[in-house]
Amino acid sequence: MNIVVCVKYVPDSTADRRFEDDLTVDRVGVDGLLSELDEYAVEQALQFREKRDGEDITVTVLTVGPEKAVDAARKALQMGADKAVHVVDEAIAGSDYVATSLVLAKAVEKIRETEGSVDLVVCGMASTDGVGSVVPAMLSERLGLPQVTLASVVESQGDQVRIKRDNEGSTEVVGATLPIVLSVTDQSGEARYPSFKGIMAAKKKPLETYSLADLGVDAGQVGLSVAWTQVEDAAARPPRTAGEIVTDEDGSGADALVGFLASKKFI
Amino acid sequence: MSEVLVVVDHADGEVKKPTYELLTIARRLGEPAAVFFGSPDKADAVAEKVKRYGAAKVYVVDDAQIKGFLVAPKAEALQQLAEQAQPSAVLLPSSYENKEVAGRLAIKLGSGVITDAVDVEPGEGGPVTTQSVFAGNYTVRAKVTQGTPIITVKPNSAAPEEAEGAGTVEAFSATISDAARGAQVVASQPRQSTGRPELTEAAIVVSGGRGTGGDFAPVEGFADSLGAAVGASRAAVDSGWMPHAYQVGQTGKTVSPQLYVANGISGAIQHRAGMQTSKTIVAVNKDPEAPIFELVDFGVVGDLHAVLPAATEKVNERKG
Ligand SMILES: Cc1cc2nc3c(=O)[nH]c(=O)nc-3n(C[C@H](O)[C@H](O)[C@H](O)COP(=O)(O)OP(=O)(O)OC[C@H]3O[C@@H](n4cnc5c(N)ncnc54)[C@H](O)[C@@H]3O)c2cc1C
Ligand SMILES: Nc1ncnc2c1ncn2[C@@H]1O[C@H](COP(=O)(O)O)[C@@H](O)[C@H]1O
Repeated sequence: MNIVVCVKYVPDSTADRRFEDDLTVDRVGVDGLLSELDEYAVEQALQFREKRDGEDITVTVLTVGPEKAVDAARKALQMGADKAVHVVDEAIAGSDYVATSLVLAKAVEKIRETEGSVDLVVCGMASTDGVGSVVPAMLSERLGLPQVTLASVVESQGDQVRIKRDNEGSTEVVGATLPIVLSVTDQSGEARYPSFKGIMAAKKKPLETYSLADLGVDAGQVGLSVAWTQVEDAAARPPRTAGEIVTDEDGSGADALVGFLASKKFI
Repeated sequence: MSEVLVVVDHADGEVKKPTYELLTIARRLGEPAAVFFGSPDKADAVAEKVKRYGAAKVYVVDDAQIKGFLVAPKAEALQQLAEQAQPSAVLLPSSYENKEVAGRLAIKLGSGVITDAVDVEPGEGGPVTTQSVFAGNYTVRAKVTQGTPIITVKPNSAAPEEAEGAGTVEAFSATISDAARGAQVVASQPRQSTGRPELTEAAIVVSGGRGTGGDFAPVEGFADSLGAAVGASRAAVDSGWMPHAYQVGQTGKTVSPQLYVANGISGAIQHRAGMQTSKTIVAVNKDPEAPIFELVDFGVVGDLHAVLPAATEKVNERKG
């Protein structure tokens, strides 16, 4: 069985994230890392494998992004994935969801060709920079596989997968038959840290680099110039003007708080 | 004037406020046509509601064959409807589910998609959206340059304005493929209603974090005195004190109320991502250095277990 985990290299959310002059996200000047939300995807893929003791399961991580994105793939290898595929091509820079999902889908197809099958594609619930939560659904659409998204619990038996998810007004159990596209939330369980052994082992694991040409994607189908959405401008939010801060002493805090709320007509 | 499709947000035929916000926005762009996925016997009641906000048409897609199959069938139905109606835009209320519908629809129609808009205005060559990105630190304006703009819009992005529309009900029968029914809901447990306003729609949200120490009574009491919804930080949710449905932040709900009151919440970037665009922000925290104080219009340095019960009492007194 073959599992592909899609992981994204993103600018650190605690850093000063910003845009380039061409209004694409600055992915070079700001420190990047494996999206924390994709660590959960790697974790669930590894657990899927571990729970199926005795089966031959290969976990391949897949990332689409600039040179440095290889760091995200490496971290996933250190956590325990078996192989990595990094799609890197200058033409990809500035791609929107539609183009990114195209490249990811083509890469999954390429992995299917080399490995013989892809039974499970695991994604995070969102990338921490774009926060679209659309790529897994797009991948499912493109690959023609059922989508089972936003799982907080994943269980499987044979070719059956059952997940639990929080919906708007309910908690649901969703079932599907492999192959599927799965996405998991940060409720699915803490991701493991790479062990020293894992870090050493990762150095010897196979890491393939593909260009668009390797995937049979025409450079004219991706990138900023052909994106189906276009950013017109990006402005830093004006800093909030400093508010009034009081220190509570013997109930004065509650008085002041209620006074403030009343002055703003909230009471 | 071309149609603008607006997917109706409803629970069993009860139309929710974001629908009216979207219809209001749609009127800026063209002629609103509501799309109701639901039971046809609820259609007239829905039409009565949405026509008051300008819906000229109400397409009714019987969901008997598609409910319980997640988002793929909805995307198929919308594709077929869009091909028939040739709308100038498709608007959906932002929710995880609708964002996925939008994503699939974009690929089917060969159109660009924009998620989580907080405003949409007409522009030359199509609608121009405003989004709040990087945890609310940037405001971005964007547009779709290919195909039919597909836009998901966050709750509270417009004040609903009434305008009479014809509200003509039209059944639309979609052909759903077997492939779209690959994932099935096999069990569903509705969440118990708390009687409080819904988190994403509420005008006031009162939240608690790790600083509650697990006792949410002061937070809930204060919320009730203000008629507010209750929210929580991830730390409070991870500790099992509150269900995940209450979580505010990057991996929970995004709220944009008139007033947000954060209690015992430090103000981590991922929490800010879900509340930074609130109009007025208030915090109660015993640490004067807590980053949440950088955001507030008003802050109290103090113990929430003392401040909130006293404040609750005072609010209730004022209300008489
Ligand atoms: C990928 C990712 C996604 C995340 N998504 C979210 C998200 O959606 N939402 C979210 O909230 N977080 C999210 N987080 C977690 C976030 O980084 C913080 O860990 C979390 O918000 C902290 O919650 P807190 O403020 O309640 O707890 P803490 O940071 O521990 O803060 C508790 C605060 O309570 C104060 N306090 C303690 N006792 C009292 C008292 N008696 N009275 C008054 N004040 C008191 C303390 O001074 C402190 O400031 C995410 C993290 C990651 C990595
Ligand atoms: N460039 C990328 N490379 C690999 N995986 C990605 C990429 N972009 C998105 N994904 C996957 O899609 C998920 C959702 O991303 P998004 O729709 O951008 O919020 C992420 O959690 C990843 O699993």
